[in-house]
Amino acid sequence: MAKIVVDVMLKPEILDPQGNAVASALPRLGFTFAQSVRQGKRFEIEIAGEPTATQLAEVEKAAEVLLSNPVIENFVVRVEK
Amino acid sequence: MRVGVITFPGTLDDRDAARAVVAGGAEAVSLWHADADLKNVDAVILPGGFSYGDYLRCGAISRFAPVMNLVIEAAGKGMPVLGICNGFQVLCESHLLPGALTRNSDLHFLCKDQEIEIVNNTTAWTSSYKSGEKIVIPLKNGEGSFQCDDETLAKLEDQGRVIARYVGQNPNGSRNLIAGITNERGNVVGLMPHPEHAIDELTGPTAQGLGFFTSILNAMVK
Repeated sequence: MAKIVVDVMLKPEILDPQGNAVASALPRLGFTFAQSVRQGKRFEIEIAGEPTATQLAEVEKAAEVLLSNPVIENFVVRVEK
Repeated sequence: MRVGVITFPGTLDDRDAARAVVAGGAEAVSLWHADADLKNVDAVILPGGFSYGDYLRCGAISRFAPVMNLVIEAAGKGMPVLGICNGFQVLCESHLLPGALTRNSDLHFLCKDQEIEIVNNTTAWTSSYKSGEKIVIPLKNGEGSFQCDDETLAKLEDQGRVIARYVGQNPNGSRNLIAGITNERGNVVGLMPHPEHAIDELTGPTAQGLGFFTSILNAMVK
């Protein structure tokens, strides 16, 4: 069994109010390290056996069509060892 | 004249939209998300709510409902389509309209009476209004901030495809105060505030939302 991970993030130019809210909450708790925070989504997809090139291409397609909205989001597909 | 109102699981405003259609002088036809049939309607409304629980992204799952394939095809042939609130989100996810609706800039769910200005009265859904007319209708959403890239924004502005703007303070962070837009042809309109909740003064803040539902009759008579 292998796990394919799709990370979806808002494009850098898109306002991220949730990330901003997290960024402003951190210093209130004494965490002063953050210059900025962006919040995204992570999908974990399990498949039987090692992924083939065809399967990875299908996951890329699914990420483009359903898992992300290309108008406002970027995504990265990777296989987790 | 038959106007279809689609109900997805989680749609809230289908009854009010149907009532507004009737008040506007047309026949309201209920359409179900799983139907592969538009029941010979002349126009379609995608009402507000939380279709499919807003899972994944608002409108993202609805966009693949069986009835939406027919709506996308009909819209391409010129059928008038109005998406209100969640319906606007579905139209953006369907790529019938450009851009996307994201979380309100202050993160709060809004529910208020909002003044908007009708800035394009040449669409199938806005012809009953005067250009520049200001109306007050309810605005209620959590993800109503209209976002798109600079190129798309310039195109929308240059082509006069912004149909309504918020008046006064920006309620949700939408670019250029955009409350509603249309496609190039002017038959597909997406609007974040709710005209169907303002069709008479007994149940709404005003009756000024009715114009969207009488406009569609004008569009058909032409």
